[in-house]
Amino acid sequence: MSEVWLVVLAVGAVTVALKAAGPVLLGGRELPPPVLRVVVLLAPALLAALVAVGLFALERELVLDERVAGLAAAVLALVLRAPILVVVIAAAVATALARAVF
Amino acid sequence: MAFAFGLSFGVLAKASGMGTLAPVLMSMTTFAGSAQFAAASVIGTGGGALAAIGAASLLNTRYAPISLTVAPSMGGSPLSRLLQSQLIVDESWAVAQTGGGRVDRRILVGAGALLWVFWVGGTTVGVLGAGFIGDPARYGLDAAFPALFLALLVSQLDSRRAVLAAVLGAAIALALVPFSAAGVPIIVASLACLVGLWRR
Repeated sequence: MSEVWLVVLAVGAVTVALKAAGPVLLGGRELPPPVLRVVVLLAPALLAALVAVGLFALERELVLDERVAGLAAAVLALVLRAPILVVVIAAAVATALARAVF
Repeated sequence: MAFAFGLSFGVLAKASGMGTLAPVLMSMTTFAGSAQFAAASVIGTGGGALAAIGAASLLNTRYAPISLTVAPSMGGSPLSRLLQSQLIVDESWAVAQTGGGRVDRRILVGAGALLWVFWVGGTTVGVLGAGFIGDPARYGLDAAFPALFLALLVSQLDSRRAVLAAVLGAAIALALVPFSAAGVPIIVASLACLVGLWRR
């Protein structure tokens, strides 16, 4: 039990510090232009990485599994300009259906 | 959705032997899904406290640059900035993007607070009802968040550089998956934003 609590407390402290770093140290101030040019691209880079890992990684392996059906459904919904919630539900339902069928 | 995701964390954490109170407290303080899942799975597979702390901290390293992007929009006293900054999660940050690298603080705080309530509530129900629910993957929840991120990504692709950063980020992450611990691929992929330094 004590090991679990050590993890909970340490991870909590590290995360609080990481999230607070920007706003507490430079809150309210503008970023210099070169930094801003880089920071603008952080969202697309991180989001794309989260998508790729979330869909194709299983532990340390790259796999194609039922989540591909979810991806296809999400892409279709996006092409049809569906609202975000519909995109998300379509992906979950397609993945669950693929799992139930195969 | 955050509720369902929190619920699946609660179920998994309980199954990993984290008990009932620790997972709920973790959801309240850490409030970062992927890191919590990583910590629970390391503990569950007997990886030890250090490995669990390392994996989860590494996963959350992305919050350093993310919090940097939020900094210009957050004024007020240091304490209020500290409290507001704790509502930064991938989802609240992503929906609060207003383009040009800027973030709407009110959307971020509002969405973050709502997500926090659902996340902690979901975790609580998960640890208490672990026995009844079974495997959350059965409901396709593992594909729901990538789909959300994909939808948000599409709205970010407003320039060639943004497309380049996205393609590069995904490629780096996938290339590293077989060779590194969970979390590392995402952190290294964030370096793709450095294409912004490239003057054309």
